[in-house]
Amino acid sequence: MTQLPDSNYKAPDGPQKYIGKAVKRVEDPRFITGQGHYTDDINVHGQLHAAMLRSPYAHAKIGQIDASAALALKGVHAVLTGQDLADAKVGSIPTGWLLPDLKIPPHPAIAHGEVHYVGDIVAVVIAESRALAEDAVALIEVDLEPLDAVSLGSQALAQGAAEVHPEAPGNVAFNWEIGDAAAADELFKQADHVVSLKIRNHRLVPNAIEPRASLAQYQRSSEEFTLHTTSQNPHIHRLMLAAFVLGIPEHKLRVISPDVGGGFGSKIFQYPEEVIVLFAAKKLNRPVKWAARRSESFVSDMQGRDHESEAQLALSKDGKMLALKVDTIANMGAYLTTFAPAVPTYLYGTLLNGVYKFGAVHAKVTGVFTNTVPVDAYRGAGRPEATYLVERIVSKAASELGMDAAEIRRKNFIQPEDFPYQTPVALVYDSGNYEPALDKALGMLGYQDLLKEQAEGRKNGRYIGIGFSTYVEACGLAPSALVGQLGAQAGQWESAVVRVMPTGKIEVLTGSHSHGQGHETTFAQIAAEEFGIPMEDVVIVHGDTGKMPFGWGTYGSRSAAVGGSALKMALGRIKDKATKIAAHLLEAAPEDIEVADGQFKVKGVPEGGKSFFDVALMAHLAHNLPEGMEPGLEAQYMYDPKNFVYPFGTHIAVVELDADTGHVKMIKYVCVDDCGPLINPLVVEGQVHGGIAQGFGQAILEETVYDEEGNMLTGSFMEYSMPRAEDLPMFEIDHTVTPSPHNPLGVKGIGESGTIASTAAVANAVNDALRAFGHHHVDMPFTPEKVWRAMKGGVQDLGQAADD
Amino acid sequence: MYTTPFDYHRAVNLDDALKMLADNPDAKLLAGGHSLIPTMKLRLASPSALIDISALDELRGIRTDGDMLILGAGVTHAELLYDKTVAEYAPLMPDMARWVGDPMVRNRGTVGGVVAHADPAADYPAGLLTLGASFKLKSAGGERVVGVDDYFKGMFETALQEGEIVTEIHIPRQAGKGAYEKFRHPASHYAIVGVAALASPEGVKVAMTGAGPKAVRLTQVEQAIGSDLSDENIKSATENAVDAGSLLSDRFASAEYRAHLAGVLAKRALMRVK
Ligand SMILES: Cc1cc2nc3c(=O)[nH]c(=O)nc-3n(C[C@H](O)[C@H](O)[C@H](O)COP(=O)(O)OP(=O)(O)OC[C@H]3O[C@@H](n4cnc5c(N)ncnc54)[C@H](O)[C@@H]3O)c2cc1C
Repeated sequence: MTQLPDSNYKAPDGPQKYIGKAVKRVEDPRFITGQGHYTDDINVHGQLHAAMLRSPYAHAKIGQIDASAALALKGVHAVLTGQDLADAKVGSIPTGWLLPDLKIPPHPAIAHGEVHYVGDIVAVVIAESRALAEDAVALIEVDLEPLDAVSLGSQALAQGAAEVHPEAPGNVAFNWEIGDAAAADELFKQADHVVSLKIRNHRLVPNAIEPRASLAQYQRSSEEFTLHTTSQNPHIHRLMLAAFVLGIPEHKLRVISPDVGGGFGSKIFQYPEEVIVLFAAKKLNRPVKWAARRSESFVSDMQGRDHESEAQLALSKDGKMLALKVDTIANMGAYLTTFAPAVPTYLYGTLLNGVYKFGAVHAKVTGVFTNTVPVDAYRGAGRPEATYLVERIVSKAASELGMDAAEIRRKNFIQPEDFPYQTPVALVYDSGNYEPALDKALGMLGYQDLLKEQAEGRKNGRYIGIGFSTYVEACGLAPSALVGQLGAQAGQWESAVVRVMPTGKIEVLTGSHSHGQGHETTFAQIAAEEFGIPMEDVVIVHGDTGKMPFGWGTYGSRSAAVGGSALKMALGRIKDKATKIAAHLLEAAPEDIEVADGQFKVKGVPEGGKSFFDVALMAHLAHNLPEGMEPGLEAQYMYDPKNFVYPFGTHIAVVELDADTGHVKMIKYVCVDDCGPLINPLVVEGQVHGGIAQGFGQAILEETVYDEEGNMLTGSFMEYSMPRAEDLPMFEIDHTVTPSPHNPLGVKGIGESGTIASTAAVANAVNDALRAFGHHHVDMPFTPEKVWRAMKGGVQDLGQAADD
Repeated sequence: MYTTPFDYHRAVNLDDALKMLADNPDAKLLAGGHSLIPTMKLRLASPSALIDISALDELRGIRTDGDMLILGAGVTHAELLYDKTVAEYAPLMPDMARWVGDPMVRNRGTVGGVVAHADPAADYPAGLLTLGASFKLKSAGGERVVGVDDYFKGMFETALQEGEIVTEIHIPRQAGKGAYEKFRHPASHYAIVGVAALASPEGVKVAMTGAGPKAVRLTQVEQAIGSDLSDENIKSATENAVDAGSLLSDRFASAEYRAHLAGVLAKRALMRVK
């Protein structure tokens, strides 16, 4: 794969004014005082409202649709069905990542012929008010003839299983493989121990705090559309909606995502409702809005995870890990959405090497259609699944071999001198130094004392478990040419425009997008640092295709590493030009000019100088510029990284089981992350906190459960359990800093690390505690009854939850 | 609409509410709305009208009459939690109230609403059984007082008749230590099982909520305890003391697990009242 080029990260030569400082987030006052401006806050003159009739069946044939009673209500403007979209030749919702032999069944925005999951849209009412539209939905009569359905991936592959789409015989969407199977087999022959693991990574609902919403406007005179929508990447939305689905000339569609209340991946994708409101806005020549009810979010936001895997780890007798083999069934749900095929393949299989020196790794993944909500990227996207599997089997190996869980890891780490490191599964890790992070975390934990406390406790019926996760992840997918070879129908570079105004205020336009990450703060820090000007003089603009240059948005922890790097490069261009102007005005050579605290000065001459304002003003007045210089002070940079970046670290969870009830209490959580240099430690901490909570949520609380007919049994917060602050201890967080050599900021990304690492750490901790009861592996989520039964020795009752 | 369409009436006083209730048999009373509105949003309930009694002074207030604590039906969970008179007369009530929902729920939800709704997972019924509470029910035709043992009939079923409003909850002064222990559903935080224990000179009373269709006294535990609150006796009286046979069973907690939890919580509650 890609060879790493020479480093282009240069450590700063002096102290920094903004970068590295725990500046409070500038966006928070508006969010915590209710002043955030979200899509559903926007109301325009003449606006109509859409309400969806969603399928109550997981699989059914659509017969007659009688909307007469709905249409008879005063104020109902239209009832749309799949037939209306088909008649208008509206395209299928596209899949943005292709794999060899990928089966892509049609995905109409409104189901046509058949519905394929509970929540699939059958018909849409457009009415004067939301209340009216919802009442009218209840009056539509649809003949739905239920068909056999299937909800679990492995069952969809079984002989005689219900067929989700005729286009995908046997329900197979794809078969994908990575690594050298023969080399792995050879190493397994040499192994002294083979550790086997049957493991389930259950399905999750993303549950962003802001439900999805879209508002479409159409201007008949100019044939222009404006779509406000909850998007992590408005340009991707525009591209898909314009070019693939609705045939709108791209320049006639403006997509705006204002404040967005969390995405976690679920707002990357191009959704049916966006197609529907755009279509209806043109058809009715009125603005049309849709906003999800929370119960709709449960059955219509793309979901996460859902793997069933079997893995074997080959080890030598001294605990050296030789090879890993993995066979995974990935449940894709009913359709393939925007990034879906990439998630259980290139974002999963390539990460199965973890932080270890394997001779060989081989993975086989079968993507399977089921009658469930589609599965796509959810915070971490593939990497949490890989990390959970690898870290779980490594801990299981330690448990089976009687080794210390920290030491088996240390023994197998890739060493600092090995970087850049070519793994057996395609990736080249840019930089890393795994042991210091482990040691620091062990020190923070007081590991040896805790081990004693654990041993003492076990004698007295107190069950403490310690769980490790020494993770590596890959973010900022790149370069574009490579991801293109892997099947992405997208580039993965990022854009930045730095626009200096005559008064020296700076507008930064970025193609990346904040939906909780804090760009308005961190990107302003980067820009202010360049010239030493006040952060308040910088404004960050994002989320509007009408303002920004093309950009690919935010997911996969790419904002800082890719978008931030683009900004840094654009700032460099501004600095070059501004320095030349200052030099001209100061009658000095550009090489002799230095800039600090917003002042350009001749080196060694403390007096005089020109302020950033003077230079910006002159750039615009153009009264006295260097010979031949173009006026203005604006620069753009499209940054295409040379490689991914690879954050890593050690997370350790400590849990205590309530021996009476099986309730799991997390009593301590320690982590040391390495995301390269920290732009803002407070923002990093926030990302890590949320990530840990989310990963803990999966390990202990959250689970999307379907019955065999494809009914979701956990469709509300009465059943689906989100982590609450009271469930969590105070986190103890620290860092090591190993810059990425190949981007100008040296940064690696931190948006997903917490989630990627913590599920495995918590699950390992519970399993460690359950060793006292003779178990080597129990599957998450560790609900109280499951843990209670495991403590009673009733593992056979846990179904596929236990393999020993 | 989110809910099915309904009319909304705000009662100006209790008589007004009783009259409207008599005139609109399909109407529902609206107190804190924290049980009723969620069911309406899911369209599990679709009353033709709501009669809002949340602003009625006649249903508010906490007072005493001799050794009787009298709670207006409109007293909120938060009021129960912080009121000095309640703490003095029936400290078991705030020990339960702290477990109800979250601050928003406690600020809006009412004790009368809990008593009228009779959710099998509600917290108060367990404690009210041990305290020997009774309820004043008023209708356009008159009023009556029903004791707790005769009041809770089953899942969402009570002695409350059509046209009646719960106006007061009467709680005899608590004569000994009381304690409530709860094992919450991790999502809803409602009780999977809740157990209240009260040790008074008359004897030890133990009651369970959440596990079955309605709150019940755990008489077998009470009998096994007698008046012996030694650690050993509490342990032996509560271990495997609850029969799973009639208990609820769902995806999150089987009947067997609920029965086990009931024993554990009874033990914990009894340890606190000794
Ligand atoms: C998120 C959440 C969490 C909760 N957690 C818990 C919990 O942990 N434990 C718990 O016990 N409860 C819990 N609850 C329920 C809460 O305690 C409710 O407030 C209570 O059950 C009902 O009281 P209300 O005043 O809100 O009644 P409403 O919802 O207004 O009414 C409920 C029913 O009672 C009737 N009604 C109300 N008042 C009277 C009256 N005076 N006379 C006759 N009929 C009347 C109404 O017509 C309606 O049918 C929770 C609720 C929510 C929303």
